[in-house]
Amino acid sequence: MSNDLLYREHRSIESVRGPLVFVRAAGNTALEDLASLYLSEGDIRTGQIIEVSEKYAVVQVFGKTERINPETTVIRFHEEGAKFDLSPLVLGRVFSGGGEPIDGLPPVPPLARRDVHGPAINPVRRDLPRDFIQTGLSAVDGLNTLVRGQKLPIFSGAGLPANEMANHIIGNAGVQRKDEKFALVFAGMGITSREADYFKSSFNNSGAIEHSVVFINLADNPVIERILTPRFALTAAEYLAFDMGMQVLVVLTDMTHYCNALREVSSSREEIPGRRGYPGYMYTDLASIYERAGRIKGKAGSITQIPILSMPDDDITHPIPDLTGYITEGQIVLDRGLHRKGIFPPINVLPSLSRLMDRGIGLDRTREDHRQLADQLYMGHARGVEQRRVASIIGEEGLSETDRKYLRFADAFEKEFIHQGPESRTITGTLDAGWELLNILPESEWIRISRELIGKYKKTDLHGAARPQSK
Amino acid sequence: MKHTPKIIKVSGPAVQAGNMFGCFMGEVVRAGKDKLIGEIIRIEGDTAIVQVYEDTIGLKAGDPVERTGELLSVELGPGLLGGIFDGIQRPLPGLAEHWGDFIHRGALIHRLDREKKWAFKPVVKPGDAVEYGFVIGTVQESEHILHKIMVPEGMKGVVKTVAEGDLAISDIVAVLQDGTEIKMRQRWNIREPRPRSERLPLMVPMITGQRAVDTLFPVAEGGAAIIPGGFGTGKTVLEQTIAKYAQADVIIYIGCGERGNEMADTLHQLTKLKDPHTGKLLLERTILIANTSNMPVAAREASIYTGVTIAEYYRDMGYRVAMLADSTSRWAEALREISSRLEEIPGEEGYPTYLASRIGTFYERAGRARIQGRDQETGSITVIGAVSPPGGDFSEPVTQASLRMASTFWELDYELAYQRHFPAINWRTSFSLAYPRMMAWYREKVGGEWPEMIGRTHAILQREEELSEVLKIVGADAMEDRERADLEAARLIREGYLRQSAVHPTDAYCSIKRQEKMLSLFLEYIDAMLKAVERGMSMDEIAKSPLVERLLRLKEISEESLGEEITDFRAGLKHFFESINR
Repeated sequence: MSNDLLYREHRSIESVRGPLVFVRAAGNTALEDLASLYLSEGDIRTGQIIEVSEKYAVVQVFGKTERINPETTVIRFHEEGAKFDLSPLVLGRVFSGGGEPIDGLPPVPPLARRDVHGPAINPVRRDLPRDFIQTGLSAVDGLNTLVRGQKLPIFSGAGLPANEMANHIIGNAGVQRKDEKFALVFAGMGITSREADYFKSSFNNSGAIEHSVVFINLADNPVIERILTPRFALTAAEYLAFDMGMQVLVVLTDMTHYCNALREVSSSREEIPGRRGYPGYMYTDLASIYERAGRIKGKAGSITQIPILSMPDDDITHPIPDLTGYITEGQIVLDRGLHRKGIFPPINVLPSLSRLMDRGIGLDRTREDHRQLADQLYMGHARGVEQRRVASIIGEEGLSETDRKYLRFADAFEKEFIHQGPESRTITGTLDAGWELLNILPESEWIRISRELIGKYKKTDLHGAARPQSK
Repeated sequence: MKHTPKIIKVSGPAVQAGNMFGCFMGEVVRAGKDKLIGEIIRIEGDTAIVQVYEDTIGLKAGDPVERTGELLSVELGPGLLGGIFDGIQRPLPGLAEHWGDFIHRGALIHRLDREKKWAFKPVVKPGDAVEYGFVIGTVQESEHILHKIMVPEGMKGVVKTVAEGDLAISDIVAVLQDGTEIKMRQRWNIREPRPRSERLPLMVPMITGQRAVDTLFPVAEGGAAIIPGGFGTGKTVLEQTIAKYAQADVIIYIGCGERGNEMADTLHQLTKLKDPHTGKLLLERTILIANTSNMPVAAREASIYTGVTIAEYYRDMGYRVAMLADSTSRWAEALREISSRLEEIPGEEGYPTYLASRIGTFYERAGRARIQGRDQETGSITVIGAVSPPGGDFSEPVTQASLRMASTFWELDYELAYQRHFPAINWRTSFSLAYPRMMAWYREKVGGEWPEMIGRTHAILQREEELSEVLKIVGADAMEDRERADLEAARLIREGYLRQSAVHPTDAYCSIKRQEKMLSLFLEYIDAMLKAVERGMSMDEIAKSPLVERLLRLKEISEESLGEEITDFRAGLKHFFESINR
């Protein structure tokens, strides 16, 4: 290697504990620098410095520590942390979670080399996210609108179709105005080879691969590498967005595996565990990933993040969804009950939320009635679901006439508005579907919509009396 | 060379430094080649543990450590208003100007603009005796805020000379006879509360323009309120709304470990919107402190103290200051993170055992007080702290410790948020301990009937609570009309009165006078309805009345047409219930 001078060699490993290697008299090493371990068999492992002191350095090894022999292993310290080589040629490429090409092609000739721990954007340099992204899904576009520069996670559960939904969004979001460039950055963390193949083949089939950068850390790949995977992905995204001016969509899946990796590493470092064994700094750590979304004043590009996580046992109060929800700008929550009913996408809109929705909708963006219509649909559905609970105890007959209408509304809302199968809807189609649905309720109940907008956008009831009465 | 201070160990934000003989607790140091700012938080022999306020990636053992001999302090003086700072008061626009779009480590920059000239008008003349807190002169900092230049701590004597005219903050504005020079800028240790002369009772509410707050659970001027709520329940929107509309002279908004986009949004709104009380741009009365969740964790810990110290400084000028902290949980977590790096024995949920006392000393810096040095003047700090309990579980330590300190408690509720009922303040569990003492003010300024109206409103909501249990068992159809009327009354209060839009041009801010007018009308309608039902009118008949929808839309009626609508509604009300009676 030409830059051999940048290495320092040591043969002074004192102890090996789990993935941690303690090196004596490590000298001039800095926190987060990388290290290579040369095993006597010619095998090379990489690691990262997590603690330095005058007497020793602690190196966390990526991958297995098997066969590391303190007597014979040579450790070399690189004088820098994890970096990623960047150029527009990263598009169309597939990398490992540690940023190595795994598509059989040669390394990318670099135009820039960036630290994967990107610095924080100065809040005063942030530009407001306000451009509507059409995902084609009514439950998202109509009620929990995604905007460019937002971080909007999907809270999924084991066996729920989060990947299919992400794929649907990728397929729609990629269609942009002509004068803009779109890129997809995909990071798979701890995913199975089946999942990896699903995404890779769908990117290949749709042609999306040409404007994609893919990072794959499989379930059996090193845990430590998993912690770097989203950081490599976001470093690539920042380059494409802020250097190349592209509109970048970042899909991170599965954040639950990432957090479990973080916990594993933390416990091997013998840190004091927080809730459910996750480290106390998990909020800060997740923020260092999620906050790398947004827009910067005076730059054309943007980074929009869709992290996917599985709620263990569908529990939204579990630390992973909980801390994520506190950092991200809303969440899309998938529901097992809806999935069982055959509804796709099975989005439970009540706990779902998009905090930046108001910036991306309304006159000149989607339509002026969007906000109020969404509020009215929400209220109607919430009340209908409440009546469903009441009806399960006292029977539908016990409900008042109005409440029975709300009950019918909630059912139709799920079957006709949320459910759409594989088809995509335009935003106009979504809003019109919402207005049509409102006809189930008497107009005097539409109090979250101004009279003016009702007059302008009200749909004459196409189904009319023909709409079947729910029994 | 051997004895120069240097780093001996690095672990996250905690750095151990050696050869630190003579250093003191709280001393600010600069660590490493990048001169990262840190504070000494533990001393053992000649080694010190330094909490570093910036990212420690790249620090090495053996790197130099520089001592400053100073405590962590803020710079106080003209130029704070309209500013946006990081957790240790570095101006973010200045950082952006020098180092671009991303936060740079070790950035050394003046906290306040040293070049800008301010028109200084002296208040004292040579020969006047002055001491701490005395006003030397004034500067018009913004159109509405007259910045009082006060004698800094430790200075006392007789004025020899005093300046006048356009001066920068480092220029000397007065010299005392013993040669002491007084400048417009001064420093204050952020961990030390600025003294106040006498605490005053809290008798006046801080009006926020939010009906659920001002009507049901008001916060006193000089009091403290906490807003606990799970994610998505609207803590930040409520904090932002209060920042916009609260009746206060100066607003300190601390974004502590929260979202970058939200800070950009707050900043954007403040630069666009006008103060409903003065008609001036909101930014001119606001100071923002932004330490977003991906900025260094230790600076998050400091940001709360930086904010409250600045609040005290404006209090000492005689202003009503509102300090909004979003979120205090992130601050507590920063304490926890640093505590665990120091390997302290953890208390509940891993938080350090001193969590409750730290929260206590913070909230105690709120209050209304006579000003030290100028006893006839008063100033106040009202603190509103958001709390983000993990999993929405309010039994966790930060919520509980804050609860003991705050006199007003607005619990945000998931169920309400899911129905998009905002502000999602739960009327069953929230409270305002300060309300009884403020009743005299309401009676005098708002209306003589106010206490009765509030009692009635609570009773209506409470009745719904009781009936909802029955409702779940027998269903609405099986209920008596009298009970259905009670339920309808509560629905009207909830939907028409308590629910308030943060974005609707008319509804977003509701003056206390308007609150009184609206609530009277709601109660009037409800009483008429209940009486009519007693006389035998059926609820089905009443439900057909167009009055209900008009009442629910009352909040959308513009200020100009409100009087007319109310008169008209009253006539309609009388007509409707009487006509059916016949």
